[in-house]
Amino acid sequence: MTVARFWRETPRRYNLGGNRCSACSTVYFPPRAVCPTCQTHRQSLGKMEPFTLSGDGEVYSFSVVHEGAEGFEMQVPYVLALIKTPEGPLLTGQVVDITPADVHIGMRVHAAFRKLREDGRAGVIHYGYKFAPSRESGASEPTASPASQEALARAAARTART
Amino acid sequence: MTEEKVGIVSYGAYVPRYRITPQEIGQVWGTDGAAMGKGLNVVRKSVPSPDEDTITISTEALRIALTRGKINPRDIGALYVGSESHPYAVKPTATVVAQAVGATPYLTAADFEFACKAGTAAIQTCMGMVASKMITYGVAIGADTSQGAPGDALEYSASAGGAALVIGRENLIAEINATESFTTDTPDFWRREGQRYPSHGGRFTGEPAYFRHVGECGRRMMERAQTSPQNYQHVVFHQPNGKFPQRIGKSMGFSDQQMKYGLVTPWVGNTYSGAALLGLANVLDHAKAGDRVLVVGYGSGAGSDAFDLTVTDRIEGFDRQHGPPVQEFLDGGVPLSYAMYAKFRGKIHLGGS
Amino acid sequence: MREVAILGIGQTKFGELWDRSFREIGIEAGFAALQEAKLSSKDISALYLGNMASGSFIEQEHIAPLILDYAGLAGHHLPAIRVEAGGASGAVALHQAYLAVASGAHDYVVVGGAEKMTDVPEDVQTDIANASADQEWETVFGATLPSLWALIARRHMHDHGTRREDFARFPVLAHEMGSKNPLAHFRNKVSLDQVLEGSPVAQPLGVMDCAPASDGASALVLGPLEKAREHTDTPIRICASQVACDTLALQHRKDITTVEATRLAAQVAFRHAKRTPADVQVAEIHDAYSISALLALEDLGFCPKGGVGKALAEGTVGPPGARLAINSSGGLKAQGQPFGAVGVAQVAEVVRQLRGEAKERQVAGAQVGLTHNLGGTGATSVVHLLERAT
Repeated sequence: MTVARFWRETPRRYNLGGNRCSACSTVYFPPRAVCPTCQTHRQSLGKMEPFTLSGDGEVYSFSVVHEGAEGFEMQVPYVLALIKTPEGPLLTGQVVDITPADVHIGMRVHAAFRKLREDGRAGVIHYGYKFAPSRESGASEPTASPASQEALARAAARTART
Repeated sequence: MTEEKVGIVSYGAYVPRYRITPQEIGQVWGTDGAAMGKGLNVVRKSVPSPDEDTITISTEALRIALTRGKINPRDIGALYVGSESHPYAVKPTATVVAQAVGATPYLTAADFEFACKAGTAAIQTCMGMVASKMITYGVAIGADTSQGAPGDALEYSASAGGAALVIGRENLIAEINATESFTTDTPDFWRREGQRYPSHGGRFTGEPAYFRHVGECGRRMMERAQTSPQNYQHVVFHQPNGKFPQRIGKSMGFSDQQMKYGLVTPWVGNTYSGAALLGLANVLDHAKAGDRVLVVGYGSGAGSDAFDLTVTDRIEGFDRQHGPPVQEFLDGGVPLSYAMYAKFRGKIHLGGS
Repeated sequence: MREVAILGIGQTKFGELWDRSFREIGIEAGFAALQEAKLSSKDISALYLGNMASGSFIEQEHIAPLILDYAGLAGHHLPAIRVEAGGASGAVALHQAYLAVASGAHDYVVVGGAEKMTDVPEDVQTDIANASADQEWETVFGATLPSLWALIARRHMHDHGTRREDFARFPVLAHEMGSKNPLAHFRNKVSLDQVLEGSPVAQPLGVMDCAPASDGASALVLGPLEKAREHTDTPIRICASQVACDTLALQHRKDITTVEATRLAAQVAFRHAKRTPADVQVAEIHDAYSISALLALEDLGFCPKGGVGKALAEGTVGPPGARLAINSSGGLKAQGQPFGAVGVAQVAEVVRQLRGEAKERQVAGAQVGLTHNLGGTGATSVVHLLERAT
C-alpha cells in the first residue's frame, strides 16, 4: 500500500472521525458524501457534518482468525470482530488484549491505538484502531478469565519444575 | 528557577498486558533465572504485543492523561516523546502521537533520546516553554519497548511501558518547585546506529554511572530546595532493576516506605524512558494534598534530572479513576512462554525476511 | 424483449491445471460451447467474459480481446467485453449477454468465465481473493473473506439458533457430488467429522468449510429462443436473469445474517418467471463457504430463517432424490472455484440437468433450475432461473 493511500485516511483510522447527516442525524463511519438512508438524499450532499465516534462499543460478532490477512502473519491467531457502536455504525476490527476463548457477543470494548501492519521491514508502519475489552467489562482483568487462569497455572507449573 | 508556577496538570500511564518471568527466560539459557530475578529484584517484566510499540504506548498513556485532566488536545503547544526505541530511526514518534490524540497541526513536536532519561529531559523542556508562556500545555512522554539481546543480562529486565505528563501553569495537581541536572560523558550503555540490541559496560554501569549521577543530582536537588530526605513523603529513582534504586535510596537516607510507590520495576521490569515517569505516576495515584515528592531520573551516557514536587489540593478532586491505575499494571498481566515472547518481540522472522 | 435460450455449453476440468495457460482454458471452453450449438465463429456477434482478477493472478489485463484473438475471431473485430464482479463475475457476464440478446442488439453471443489462479502461490491467491472485500475498511484491519463469512456464521448461530453441524453438512454433500463429476477439482468424499475437525481457518469455519482456489473455464452460447431449434433439440430457456447489489463492506449491512441482494434478486426473478421456489427441482448455490450456502437457501426462499439444518436433516434439500437437489456439480467446494468461471459453470450444470445429460448426478424429471452466484460477502448477487423449453 502506498504511503499516500493510507495517510489520507489517518483522521478516520487514528481518531474514528466519521460524519452525520444534518437532516436525519444518522451517523456514518467512514464518512460519506451523501446520506444513503435519508429521505432528503440529494439534499444531504454537502450537508454532512463531521462526527467523531467515542470508541465505545460491544462485540456484535467475532471470529478467531488462524489464516491471517497479508501483513498479519505474526499476529495469528487473532480475533476479528464487528463492533456495534452506541452511535450506530458497525466497525470491523481486531479485538486485542484478550484470550480468544474469552470473547463473546455483547462483550463491551473500547478502541485502542495499535499497529495495523508494516510495509515490510523497511517500509512505513500503519497505525489505527483495534478494540480492547472495556475495564468495566471485567474482561480486561486478565486473571479474571478462566482461560487466562489456566495459562497462569500452566506457567506457574512450568516455573515450579525449573 | 522559574518565578511562574509550573507543574503537572495531568498524567496517564500504560503498560502492555503480557509478562515473562526471569525463571522462564533462564531455563532457555541454562541460567538460574530465579537467582537472576532475585539479584535484580525483578519478579516479572512486561512484554508488548506484536502490534505495540513506543508510538502506541505513548498514545494510550496520553489519551488517558487528556481525559483525566479534561484537556482540549488543541491546547497542547508542544509534544515531546522521550525514548530509545522510537519505531523509526528517521520520522518522529511525536507526530503520530500528536495526530492520534487530535493535537495537530498547531504545535511543535519532537523526539528526544537520552537513553533512559529522555522523558525527564522532555519535562524540563516543557517547563521552560510553559513558564515563558510560549505555550499553554506541554506534553512530556517517556516510553520504551526496549530489548536486551537474547541471553544477555538485560533480557531479564528490559520491558515496555510509558507515562505521559501534561505540563502547565494552571490547574496543577503537583507543582514542580525546582529541577536540577547532572551530566557527564560516561559510556556505560549505548546502541550504535543500525544495531538491533544495545551494548553495555557490565559493572561499569553501576558506581561511575548510575550511582554517581543519581546520587550527585539528588543531593544537589535537595541542597537547592533546602530539603532533606525526611521532608519527602515519596521518592522516585530511575530503576533499571529493582536493586539499584533501593541501594541509592538507602545510601541517601530514604526509607522503604518513602520508596514504596515510586518503585515499579520489580513487577513490570525496566521500562527505560518510561521507568521514572511510571514510578511518578504510581506515586500520584496514591498521593495526598501537600505530599512532597523527589524524582531523580537517569540516562546512560550519562546524566540525571531531578525534580522537587509538591502535590496540590487539586489531586483530591482529580479524576484518577479514568483509565487503569498503575497498580493494575503491577498486579495484572498474562504470562508468556519464552517461545511466545520470542514471537512477540520479533526474534522470530517469517519467510526468512 | 425477446426470449433467450442457451444453445451450447462448454467447460474445462476444474482444478490445478499446471500444464494449461489462461488462454488455453478460455478457448477450450468456448469452442466446446460453439460446437454444441452447431455454430461457427463467424455466427457470433459478441463475447462476454467473466473474470475477477487476471491482472493479479497472471498480470494480464485486457483479456477479452486476448481470448477472442486465440479463438481465431480477431479478424471479425467483434466486441469482446470483460465483466468483473468479484466471485459473481461469471453470472454478471451472463446477465449482460442475456440483455444483449433479449434486446435484439445481438443474435448469438458467447459468454465465457475463466480464472487461472494457480500461477501465484497460495498466500497470494488468498490476498487476491480478499480484494473483493473492502480493502480500506475491512481487510486493512485484518479481515479476510473466510473471516467475514465467519462473522456472519457466528451471528447466525446467535440470532437463529443455527448449529455448527447445520452448515458443516454442505461440504459433505458437495464432495459426495464431486465424486460423481469428472470435471470436479475434488473427487473424494468427506465425512461430517472431517469437516468439523478440519484445521481452523477463521472460527467457526475450518479448512473444509472453504472452497478451493482452482483453474478453470466455462462457456455458454446464447441465442434467441425462436431460432433455438435450429441449433439444439434441447434448448434451455432463461426465464429470469437478475442482479442485485448491496454495500461492499459487511459492516454497513442492516442484518448480516441475510444477504439482502440475494433475497431481492430471487424475489424479482421468481416474479419475472411467474414461478415460486417450490417449482425448482435443481439449484446450484454459491457455497464458497459452507455458511454462504446456508444463507443462500434461506434468502432464495427455499427454507425459512433458521430452518436449513432441519431441511438438510430431513432430506428435503440435498443430493438428487431430495425435493430440491442442490449443487449436483459438487458446487464451488468440490467442483472447484475458478472465480470468473463459477457463475457460468453453475448454469452449465443446470443445463445438463434440464437436458437430462447429468448421468449419475441426474435429478429425475428436472424441469426448472436455479443458479445463485455471489461476489464477496454478498455485495453482488445474481440469480438465474432456467427451464427446458417446450
